[in-house]
Amino acid sequence: MVRTLLVRGMLVGVLAAILSFAFLKLAGEPAVEQAIAFETRQEEAQAATAREEATRKGQPAPLEAVKSEPVSRSTQSGIGLLTGVVAYNVAFGGLFALAFSLAYGRIGPYGARATAVLLALSAFIAVCLVPSLKYPAGPPSVGEAETIGIRTGLFFAMMVLSLAAMMGAWMLRKRLAARFGEWNAGLAAAGGYLVVVAAVSIVLPGVNEVPEGFPATVLWQFRIASLGANAIMWAILGIGFGAWAERALVASGYARAVRLA
Amino acid sequence: MVTAAYAQAAAEPVAIPVREAMPWVVFAGLLLLMALYFIGAEEGAASLINGTYVHEFLHDGRHLLGFPCH
Repeated sequence: MVRTLLVRGMLVGVLAAILSFAFLKLAGEPAVEQAIAFETRQEEAQAATAREEATRKGQPAPLEAVKSEPVSRSTQSGIGLLTGVVAYNVAFGGLFALAFSLAYGRIGPYGARATAVLLALSAFIAVCLVPSLKYPAGPPSVGEAETIGIRTGLFFAMMVLSLAAMMGAWMLRKRLAARFGEWNAGLAAAGGYLVVVAAVSIVLPGVNEVPEGFPATVLWQFRIASLGANAIMWAILGIGFGAWAERALVASGYARAVRLA
Repeated sequence: MVTAAYAQAAAEPVAIPVREAMPWVVFAGLLLLMALYFIGAEEGAASLINGTYVHEFLHDGRHLLGFPCH
């Protein structure tokens, strides 16, 4: 059963990747191009300043730094982007299917489709939305090379803590449900999750490495595109996988028919 | 048909035994997490392969999917 679910999760991931890639091409790449144009203008301005200073001091002009580009822009925004998006979506599709195989029948009396949608929504909030509210995606030229290690560490720490809090919230909900009812238990668990992630984001240091003069509209467009691509992925996984998994589960006896009086 | 639809709507989920799920969860889970590492952090924050080719090739995806880059 788990094998079937895993394969289906990864295949739904391929579908999500196609839609996500199309969206990023239309909504994300223009912002990437504008950010790279900004970066180029900055570098040219710096080089011009250095040349002027050298001339003023009567020194020979500094050598232009030759930028090596092992991969062309068209490769980066074409097959490179496609590879990244497909691998990302297939990996999350598989991980989602594995999480589903443990959550189904355990998080509550929900069928396959409801379980998948609830799980995908929780995953989107825990793995994408909350971490990117604290550490939003950055286009080229935003973010300093020296801090990549610490920024990556903080980003993944935020993600892991948020995911742990989400899993804790679902367990809490289950324990409270018998005493306070499904709805109230859900509200209490959601509140608990929010308190934990709010506390974590207040404690963790902020990152602000947007260079001076970077166009705010480009930053906004880039971040919305990034969030949108992730939202597309989790929506397709939640809805598509749930419907497909249900057939396999019902056919293999993982859904007990309840006799209606 | 109507009865079947009702029966399905009222179906109660039966959990998959943990014993059956665990080998898949652990092994496939690790492989998939490694895939995410290669998309998100290889030749960026950490580096298993020398050079910058992986980083440059996945450049746009890494930025747009929300990973810290550069």
